[in-house]
Amino acid sequence: MATSKEKLCETARLNRQEIINAKLSRRDLMKLGLLTSSGFLIAKYGLSARAAGADSTPKSPYTTPWIEELPMLPVKQPSLLDVAPTGPVQSALGEMGRVTHQKWAQFYDPSNVDTYLIDNKPAAYTWHRELPPDDCWAFDGRFPGPRIHARYGRPAIVRFQNNLPSLATHSGYGRPTPTTHLHNGHTASESDGNPLDMINPGTWKDHFYPNVRAGFTDPNYGPGGDVRESMGTLWFHDHCLDFTAQNVYRGQAGFYLLFNEFDSGDENDSNPNAFRLPSGDFDVPLMFHDRSFGPDGKGYYDLFNLDGLIGDKYTVNGKINPFMRVAKRKYRFRNLNIGPSRFLDLYLSNGMNIQQISEDGNLLPGPITTTHVKLTPANRSDVIIDFTNIPSGTEIFLVNCAEQSDGRGPTGKTLPTSQGTKILKFIVDATIDTKGDPSRVPAKFYDLPPINTNEVVAKRTFVFDRSNGAWSVNGKPFDPAVISANPRQGTAEEWTIVNNSGGWMHPVHIHFEEHRILSRNGVAPPSYEAGRKDVIWLDHNEKVKIFMRFRDFLGRYPMHCHNVVHEDHAMMVMWEIVP
Amino acid sequence: MDRRQLLMLMGLAPVAASVAPVASYLNKQAHPRKIRTTTGFHGDYFPNVVLRTQDGKRVRLYDDLLKGKSVLINFFYADCRDGICPVTTENLMRLQTLLGDRVGRDVFMYSFSLAPEQDTPERLKRYVKMHGVGPGWQFLTGSRDDMELCRVRLGFTDPDPEVDRKKGQHTAVVLMGNEPRQCWMASPAASRPGFLLEQLNRVAGVAS
Repeated sequence: MATSKEKLCETARLNRQEIINAKLSRRDLMKLGLLTSSGFLIAKYGLSARAAGADSTPKSPYTTPWIEELPMLPVKQPSLLDVAPTGPVQSALGEMGRVTHQKWAQFYDPSNVDTYLIDNKPAAYTWHRELPPDDCWAFDGRFPGPRIHARYGRPAIVRFQNNLPSLATHSGYGRPTPTTHLHNGHTASESDGNPLDMINPGTWKDHFYPNVRAGFTDPNYGPGGDVRESMGTLWFHDHCLDFTAQNVYRGQAGFYLLFNEFDSGDENDSNPNAFRLPSGDFDVPLMFHDRSFGPDGKGYYDLFNLDGLIGDKYTVNGKINPFMRVAKRKYRFRNLNIGPSRFLDLYLSNGMNIQQISEDGNLLPGPITTTHVKLTPANRSDVIIDFTNIPSGTEIFLVNCAEQSDGRGPTGKTLPTSQGTKILKFIVDATIDTKGDPSRVPAKFYDLPPINTNEVVAKRTFVFDRSNGAWSVNGKPFDPAVISANPRQGTAEEWTIVNNSGGWMHPVHIHFEEHRILSRNGVAPPSYEAGRKDVIWLDHNEKVKIFMRFRDFLGRYPMHCHNVVHEDHAMMVMWEIVP
Repeated sequence: MDRRQLLMLMGLAPVAASVAPVASYLNKQAHPRKIRTTTGFHGDYFPNVVLRTQDGKRVRLYDDLLKGKSVLINFFYADCRDGICPVTTENLMRLQTLLGDRVGRDVFMYSFSLAPEQDTPERLKRYVKMHGVGPGWQFLTGSRDDMELCRVRLGFTDPDPEVDRKKGQHTAVVLMGNEPRQCWMASPAASRPGFLLEQLNRVAGVAS
């Protein structure tokens, strides 16, 4: 089905043809105001395909859809580290980028820890068999990066080794000084991947993830924290100051999944309290990334685009338009949109219902039956799709129905699935062993932690604005030396986030704890936004009020737009939890 | 041309008008004068147009201003009434002070005119004198087409054509780049000069 742009070009072509058929002289055309003085058809949309952008929209090379199989992401196994991890940074041995780990004595126990080494290095990565390998920077040389399974109550230490090219030799987009953020872990500042904590090529850094829930210093909850703050689907990605978009585009993204005794990762779990959501081969992370490719078939990063980058190739788990054979049973798909800037609204082509069970990676109070799920950049949402009653051989497409043509945000129009962009093809296959589908979708997951407005000790407003092409927050440009808010450890605050930037839309992300939306433009949020979140979608002129706590750790954290192109110049503020 | 043909042509107008509101939102991500380079962001990407400095000197954008250099670029115009350009110029002068004699030697500062027909070299010279801009920082003008091409290629655009049309909408951002390394990033022009210096040092490869 033709897009609006294609229709415009066709209209333009027809209009030009009419002029030709009318056999008008140049003088006639000029008298009618249809020609410029240099003799070209004026750039009115009805007459010039050029104005409609058709000639000027660079397109990626053609790739055959539905021939690449969706990569299943293997779980990375822990391994022993050559150099034992310590609380203080081991500068003499080449570690950098942090101060001493907070809560080290409380959580570090060599007999109860998973340690991982991630080798961050260049990789020749193939997005599609019809394209040459692309020059990527990848965790463990793979894209998506390694998939880490973590469990509450069992801390993890991830040692990131920077084996990217040296600053002196690298040429091209990206800066080889990553700082890796676990989005959105309850993590101390020094392990949170702050934009300022970059590490140089040839150095390394231990990130300490206690895998503990928020509230663990609150006597009401015990050392494991508040179970209602359990998180599920997280991702880790680069966060280098001013170069985040470029580095993530180079391949710096991976999944980090958190389990506990309820969301246990075992659909056969004998614990009667376990949720028994689909697990194993049927718990499938899906990383969505839209990308552009140059005439040479390699990933193209437009360094001179400050609006946001919209790719014309949709990849899932690193392959362009893949297919996936699915068994006739329930699946848990962990959707993650890494952008850089595109907004997704995913429907199934046969219109069937799905169940959204989480938002921003956190299980909702209960599943929501729906036909679609929205994902801003950095959003995660888990959905259950049940193929049990679909005939074998049926092909169902995952379709993006959010119309968008530039980095400002979607137009707001939801396309019918027949006009949306197909991203992934499911093929139902009765020959795949369902393992009896013992999985369940409980009616209830966790209660939401209470919003106790009596805990609020401060109310702050952050107005995101754009003037004369530059971003500001509360009228000021970003300054790494400025702390824009000092919430006190153990308290809660109410923050009002306002989008004043006219025709632009922004997914605003706040590091550290998950927040709750109290109101969106004065009214209660819709059900899928009423749970625990960490990315707030702000449409034109929207105002969202949130409730957030600042527990357990100290230090600085950012708040920023997660259209990472905006983040990089520099739609961000730094705030700090103080005692 | 006969009346029938004229009427047929008149019939085109409503078509153009009806598509305009939809079209104004469509695809302004790729400006018509934008290109994709297959050889990196070097001579194929930056047009080698001839510009003139405030001293009347003729310079080529790529060969003379960018090639092999670390640069800081902004867009302005001398007759800027909304107050942004004078403030930006003052702020960048503070950065120039921090850079000292590195300007024009290790890093190069360029201000491109958004009103090249008014901003003749003489006018640029008066602007420089009035503000007390130090040496080594070049102000540039040229033909309208050439300056427009520079603006688009350097990314100082807005996806909304109505906004893009307005000169003042491109004045609050600075671009920093290291041409040989293809390292480019942007920052608000009103940023604290010390922070701009840190960013420029990183881009220029002076600091880690």
